[in-house]
Amino acid sequence: MTLQGWVQIVVFFAIIVAITPLLGGYMARVYTGQRVFLARVLGPFERGIYRAIRADVRREQDWKLYAASVMLFSLAGWLLLYLILRTQTLHPFNPEGFHSAPWNVTFNTVTSFLTNTNWQYYGGETTMSYFSQMAGLTVQNFVSAAVGICVAVALIRGIIGRNGKGLGNFWQDLVRTVLYVLLPISVLGALVLVSQGAIQTLGHYLSFTGPTGLEGHMAVGPVASQEVIKNLGTNGGGFFNTNGAHPFENPNGLTNIFEILLVFCIPASLTATYGRMVGSRRQGWALFAAMTVMFVAGVAVLYAAEVHGTPAQHAAGLHTQVYSGSTGGNMEGKEQRFGIAGSALFNTVTTDTSTGAVNAAFDSLTGLGGAVPMANLATGEVIFGGVGSGLYVMLLYVLLAVFIGGLMVGRTPEMLGKKIEAREIKLASMGILITPLTALMSTALAIADHAGRVSIFNKGPQGFSETFYAYLSQSNNNGSAFAGYTGFIQPNAGNVGSHGITFADLLGGFDLAFARYAPILFVLAVAGSLAGKRVSPAGLGTMRTDNPTFVVLLIGVIILVGALTFFPALLIGPIVQSLTGHLY
Amino acid sequence: MSIPRNALTAALAMILMTVLLGVVYPLAITGISQVAFPGNANGQKVYVNGKLVGSKIIGQQFATPVLKNGKPEEEKGVPVTTPDPRYFQTRPSATVPPDNAAGTTFSNLGPNNKSTEEEIAANIKAYLELNAPYDPGLSTANVPVDAADSSASGIDPEISQANARIQAHRVAAIRHVPLTQVLGLISNYTTGRSLGIFGEPGVDVLELNLALDRLTGGR
Repeated sequence: MTLQGWVQIVVFFAIIVAITPLLGGYMARVYTGQRVFLARVLGPFERGIYRAIRADVRREQDWKLYAASVMLFSLAGWLLLYLILRTQTLHPFNPEGFHSAPWNVTFNTVTSFLTNTNWQYYGGETTMSYFSQMAGLTVQNFVSAAVGICVAVALIRGIIGRNGKGLGNFWQDLVRTVLYVLLPISVLGALVLVSQGAIQTLGHYLSFTGPTGLEGHMAVGPVASQEVIKNLGTNGGGFFNTNGAHPFENPNGLTNIFEILLVFCIPASLTATYGRMVGSRRQGWALFAAMTVMFVAGVAVLYAAEVHGTPAQHAAGLHTQVYSGSTGGNMEGKEQRFGIAGSALFNTVTTDTSTGAVNAAFDSLTGLGGAVPMANLATGEVIFGGVGSGLYVMLLYVLLAVFIGGLMVGRTPEMLGKKIEAREIKLASMGILITPLTALMSTALAIADHAGRVSIFNKGPQGFSETFYAYLSQSNNNGSAFAGYTGFIQPNAGNVGSHGITFADLLGGFDLAFARYAPILFVLAVAGSLAGKRVSPAGLGTMRTDNPTFVVLLIGVIILVGALTFFPALLIGPIVQSLTGHLY
Repeated sequence: MSIPRNALTAALAMILMTVLLGVVYPLAITGISQVAFPGNANGQKVYVNGKLVGSKIIGQQFATPVLKNGKPEEEKGVPVTTPDPRYFQTRPSATVPPDNAAGTTFSNLGPNNKSTEEEIAANIKAYLELNAPYDPGLSTANVPVDAADSSASGIDPEISQANARIQAHRVAAIRHVPLTQVLGLISNYTTGRSLGIFGEPGVDVLELNLALDRLTGGR
């Protein structure tokens, strides 16, 4: 590891610390109905949208109606996206004349983008028309992110609500999230990316003749507008197959950092939004602290592991030490302009959050390095986590920690003055356990069955890692991949003659939907359950949820409940490989 | 609001969001980008004598087709090529054909896999065959990692400075240019870390090769 590598990591995180109270405070004003500076311009537009979509936003919704709105909106999105992706031959902005991908791959893709996952069995530049990328995938990148934030805000309202069962109005939260948070940052961010070399064009793919007379072809497209929200909304689906490693998506060291700033900014800021809305900023910083500890541990391990290099490199006689003019380390599946530190940081950030954008190939990470994304996912995506989903799952863990802490000291568990009872703990436990259950059952199914094993690329433990990661990633709505694992056989660009692997496509698709919407319903149910409870004043016996002791307790619960569930699976895949120099 | 009313709102909201975020927003960004940053927005195209030769930030093969009985040899429908020793070579690529910017892919080679070792060993062998005749001290031990490991995108436009300095011996000898002059060009086309902090330095292979062509008149 180099000093320069660490300076890069520290500078990145210092910027996040600085952004958190600013953007977090701004979002708190947006969701508590206070006037924000953008309202002067966008206010009339916002009210126009409510009229156009026939939404009566003055009326608050209880948890059931809020949940129904979420589900209906998602269903409408699913149907529209499926329709768009299956009618590519009719599209405008389809300069390469691409056909549609088969039904099974499309089922997986649609569910993947609806659930803020962006798991991709397809390669963007060989599969999607520009219209699909813009009017289909980009739209879901915005609104699936907005749905996550809305649910988190509804949960906060449940925690603080004192009179009645109202959790706010979903349609208002949705429109405000898009208009006041996601869209303004995306417009600015897209232009920053283009200014640094990301592309934005609707023209044909290019053909060129290189200096040696060899012909080449180059895919282009409206990349920057999708790239920015892919990161900001913790979506992660690349315009191109190689995602954030592609120079048109991520042209240099600066965009590399800018993109992960986009990734972390909303999930980190939402902890501050939470602090402000519950009336104690320390509550927000306590969550932030717990997340920070786990982030730092991940990036340190991944960085160190990749610097060390792989058994395959060493067996081939390659020297992997760093020296002047060479990054050293495991450069298989990494880009020169990012090097080892820039790759370790980027991929830690995108797996801490449910982004899953990658700037390096996960299948080629070292054994121990590959364990880091897995461990990050195994926490249930709460290390800052997905936009909204990171906070709401973290708050479920807070409920559990309060409960366990309360049992240990023998007091009735309370959270911010509200008694935590059997109903809330049951709902929270279910909300947390659905994800590991889905991931592990699917992995077992896929590894035990021939229909599942045809998707595997590498031999030995790495083949298990690919399978495990595929279902872990889809269940956690992350979307990154040990990309040797496939569900789409595509001999030609443009989908003619292609077919999907139905088993992998459907199993993954059901995982995506189940592990997204079941926790959302449990979270909203918890919010509804908490909303009507009376607040008792804090006394001497109240267990504080904003001090270092609680932060440690919270991390302990996350590791116990979240990560240890996956320990046997981690042993069979990445850990066995990190302990041996054996080649399979 | 009742459930049916919410269903209507859901459908209307989805359509409205599609128009706003899926049509208006990307077209507006395209319009602004094409006016404000036309070079970047279109991919930093590089022309020589009015002909497109590639993009500054997309790696490409600097190779020539292998002929068999006077015809280009093919393997599984892909032309077989051999590196053109006059040019600096980009990093190994897993795309088909190599450096295919119309269909990028990772190598996905695992850390503990025999196939990975074989691939890396083959890359080292090819690198030594190409460069060792011009740089007698070169052995497996000092092949830089970026020259033996496949890039992530398959179209990495850059190579490490160490890699470029080794290839400089070959290029200088074949083009009959003093080594110091080639090394000077390398530093001219080395991109440092962004803001001095972020990322790693790298040498842009296309720009370097075109500068060499200008220097020696394409020979």
